[in-house]
Amino acid sequence: MSENNTLLRIEDLRLYFRTQQGVVQAVDGVDFKLRQNEAVVVLGESGCGKTSLARAVLRLLPRNVDTYSGEIHLNGTNVMELGDEEFRRTIRWVKMSMVPQAAMNALNPVLKVGEQVAEPMTAHYLADKDEALNQARRMFQHVGVPVDFLDRYAFELSGGMRQRAALAMALVTMPALVFLDEPTSALDVLTQANIFNVLKRIKKDLEVSFILITHDIATSSELADRVAVMYAGQIVELSEARRFFSDPLHPYSKMLMASVPKLKVDQEPTFITGHPPSLLGPPSGCRFADRCPSRFDRCVEEPPVIDEAGHEVKCWLYA
Amino acid sequence: MSVDVRRREDVQDQVRMSGDGRQNGALLSVRDLRVWFELKRFGFLHAGYVHAVDGVNFDLERGEAIGIVGESGCGKTTLMKTILGLYEPTEGEVSFAGREVDAFGTRQMRSYRAAVGYVQQDPYGALPPFMDVQSILEEPMKIHGVKDAREREQRVRDVMAEVKLTPIEDYVDKFPHMLSGGQQQRVVIARAMILEPELIVADEPVSMLDASVRVEILRLLQGLQSSHDLSVIYITHDLSTVRYFSEYIFVMYAGKLVERSRVNELLASPLHPYTEALLAATPDPDYRNALTQKAVPPGEPPSLVNPPKGCRFHPRCPHMIEGLCDTEEPPDFEPEPKHFAACWLHR
Repeated sequence: MSENNTLLRIEDLRLYFRTQQGVVQAVDGVDFKLRQNEAVVVLGESGCGKTSLARAVLRLLPRNVDTYSGEIHLNGTNVMELGDEEFRRTIRWVKMSMVPQAAMNALNPVLKVGEQVAEPMTAHYLADKDEALNQARRMFQHVGVPVDFLDRYAFELSGGMRQRAALAMALVTMPALVFLDEPTSALDVLTQANIFNVLKRIKKDLEVSFILITHDIATSSELADRVAVMYAGQIVELSEARRFFSDPLHPYSKMLMASVPKLKVDQEPTFITGHPPSLLGPPSGCRFADRCPSRFDRCVEEPPVIDEAGHEVKCWLYA
Repeated sequence: MSVDVRRREDVQDQVRMSGDGRQNGALLSVRDLRVWFELKRFGFLHAGYVHAVDGVNFDLERGEAIGIVGESGCGKTTLMKTILGLYEPTEGEVSFAGREVDAFGTRQMRSYRAAVGYVQQDPYGALPPFMDVQSILEEPMKIHGVKDAREREQRVRDVMAEVKLTPIEDYVDKFPHMLSGGQQQRVVIARAMILEPELIVADEPVSMLDASVRVEILRLLQGLQSSHDLSVIYITHDLSTVRYFSEYIFVMYAGKLVERSRVNELLASPLHPYTEALLAATPDPDYRNALTQKAVPPGEPPSLVNPPKGCRFHPRCPHMIEGLCDTEEPPDFEPEPKHFAACWLHR
């Protein structure tokens, strides 16, 4: 991957939270690169730290942060060095934005949808109100919401339309990167397929990059150029979608793929026994070792990230 | 190990819910069921009806599992709640072992509730946060008159072992928030099983769970179904999980069952255009999905207040026949044995 089309480079990103029980290591040493106009899927089960990863990159932090460290390079500049106010003014929702989980249910019920979608423009002093509304109108066209919905209220829109409005709100400032946190998990199959059609089209038309955070492997393949699998706060596998969906390498990814019920192929799904480790003091060595069928004596040591011809995997099997 | 809790009730009032079914042994039969909700303006002016369930027919045999697939708002939850006796039918009837559910008196309703177990969608929301697992599981037995504490305790242990909440000591005194999603769902299933029901109604039992746990819970339900010869109604919006669970699949759209068939037949050769669209929109993991746009029928499911005339899918249907689909409601056609489709294409 050449350096000049890299949009986002994350190095050794850590985000720990203080809780009454101790320190939760939600994101624990994540390295990661994203190209321009690329969609990467971050796959993982609930509690693996995938949403925390997005929040760490966007610096949307709660008050109980214990450790927040690492480097985040956006277009070559390390945004970790920026002060909070500068980050808010120049990065968050300007260069990177997010469609948070259940965003469609978080629209303000007493504001017109158009005003809400335009709000990021005025909040970041990018435009005056009329220009912002015009931009919102253009975004509505991109995401496929009829333009006269600008004057409606959230309750007048169906789930799919509200989700599109939330997407328009994330796109309105024309950011280079949008995080999508479980964008379709509350939607029906047909609506879900529709939203993914919209995302594919936007990716082409607006040349935006996506980081799609999800636990749903089957739908994640609708958008993925590359796939990152997250387990217990770490990325355990990162590869091209083409190779990942046909031949995942990490034992966890393999078992996760085998657990997907398939519609068109007659194959019995299996399940992974046990639970992910607690992130309050996770085990040393490989964090999946307890549940892994191919574990051997080296797994007590921290596995390195092995590069199998561009297919990165954090597992001793490939060392 | 088995405790027949219903034996504990007053013998004369005991209504054995099954065993002498009139209608060819069908455990549950739903006939022309309509459940409408009245809309009111200003709290008293009539403003139409929401036709949530509008003419549903099916039979469920003993020991049979069916899956009902449909999008949100298609009426599947209303159908389920009417079967559970929580809503009154506007027209038509639900009968259990030959008796009409709506006509049950208090005592009969109580035994009906014992005979039908309910597995909720959101396990955390379905469990009272201030009760531990032991009390949650004992509660139904207390209500249904199992007075002996030791017997209740034994039954709790048996069921917990059955749903694999083992070692039991680790779980009996836990509160719901201390359990993972999968474990919570096991408690919900255990609670549904505790009175030895004949029918289990499961409303999206795995939609809130992680992929790796989903299969485990589905397997558990499947195991219980075959070992207890249970009838199961599995309600979901996810076609891909149904095939691992039930023999029959019913597709619901805008308050009606549009297609009923064996699972494999339906997946291999769907008859109704809506089913086709659902199948086409459900992805299998494959990188090629990202390369193309999916064909999705235009528009959205209709309002159930004023559903379209004729076939309810006709405004979105690619095969719409003018002058027929938009005026006359299609009856159930049976182009292949035991494969029903309410679609004029198969007349």
